[in-house]
Amino acid sequence: MAKATDGRYLAGGHALLPLLKHRLDHPSDLIDLGAIAELKGMAVAGGMLTIGAMTTHAEVTNSDVVRASIPALADLAAGIGDPQVRNRATLGGSVAGSGPTADYPAALLGLGATIHTDRRQIEADDFFIGTSKPVLGKGEIVIAVAFPVPEKAAYVKFPGLASRYPLAGVFVGKFLNGVRVAVTGAGPCVFRHPDMERALATDFAPGAIEGLRIPVAGLRSDLHASAEYRAHLVGVVARRAVAACG
Amino acid sequence: MIVNGKPVSAAIDARTLLVQFLRETLRLTGTHVGCDTSQCGACVVQVDGRSVKSCTMLAVQAEGAQVTTIEGLAQGGRLHPMQEAFRDHHGVQCGFCTSGIVMSALDLVRRFPDPSEHQIREWLEGNLCRCTGYHNIVKSIAAGAKAMRG
Repeated sequence: MAKATDGRYLAGGHALLPLLKHRLDHPSDLIDLGAIAELKGMAVAGGMLTIGAMTTHAEVTNSDVVRASIPALADLAAGIGDPQVRNRATLGGSVAGSGPTADYPAALLGLGATIHTDRRQIEADDFFIGTSKPVLGKGEIVIAVAFPVPEKAAYVKFPGLASRYPLAGVFVGKFLNGVRVAVTGAGPCVFRHPDMERALATDFAPGAIEGLRIPVAGLRSDLHASAEYRAHLVGVVARRAVAACG
Repeated sequence: MIVNGKPVSAAIDARTLLVQFLRETLRLTGTHVGCDTSQCGACVVQVDGRSVKSCTMLAVQAEGAQVTTIEGLAQGGRLHPMQEAFRDHHGVQCGFCTSGIVMSALDLVRRFPDPSEHQIREWLEGNLCRCTGYHNIVKSIAAGAKAMRG
């Protein structure tokens, strides 16, 4: 990668290859990460679930380790794309790409995960910062993500009718020391919702965030949904996510 | 790579998609290109036993892999039970999506040998059919799974 003038790492290819086919990206070199066994696998230790960057969504969905520690994460992976997409697309690709409608970033931010790269560890709060400036340095590779195991968690999204990407998706993570709420699909980048987090820390019930106003400013508005509609959806799916935590 | 049990090798442009390699280099034209945007599922083949969209994978990413296409299912002139089920239950109209759906269905049956109607319909999220309304496809897959259980 050091020798490439404008290289890209190729993970599952389900974000990058479509871009290349549409001539929207013109890398000088592609480096396929598919053969690196160290980038795959899932394990729980010390209250953290660590998943290798090249682990596919299907592997996360079908993992007993994930199902036993953070079932919400297995459910989230099961809802991405379709079975063939899940057989190829990876956690690392989703995180490194961090598209505005990606599902995984909501889990990383909603659980306060740590992103391990070949150079350093980055907290999700410092990774998904919503600017166009990339957080990852040139040639830096995401190797794994470590998720703190919560007491309870759930992810609920409202998929767009045509694309099936979330118009709004909310991941709720309840921990001993507080609640985290992360919203994807609605804004230019996944973001936390501090008002909901405070309300749910006091009373972890859907009613606690009923009537909480979601600011419309800064939300995405396109042919699929207006910003006002997305703001409304964020409240709806957030209440459903809290209810799904049981 | 091994395609339908036979070792194949070719010098190709690095940008060649797996579906282009199968169709244009190997002339295995049973795998189709529908949308070319990873959505329709007409290009589904199996790579190392997992169903994938061959329009969203480079041929070089399948180097050394076992690839199975629709042409690799029939044995000794006899249709695979899943193909036979699609014929028996009229799961085909224009047929453009069919090979991708059959390859996808075999991955479903690998994971769930006795899939419910709900599981079949959920699994078909990535396979678009614009003719049948899916009704007979779902029946075909259920019957094919049953025939494969023996």
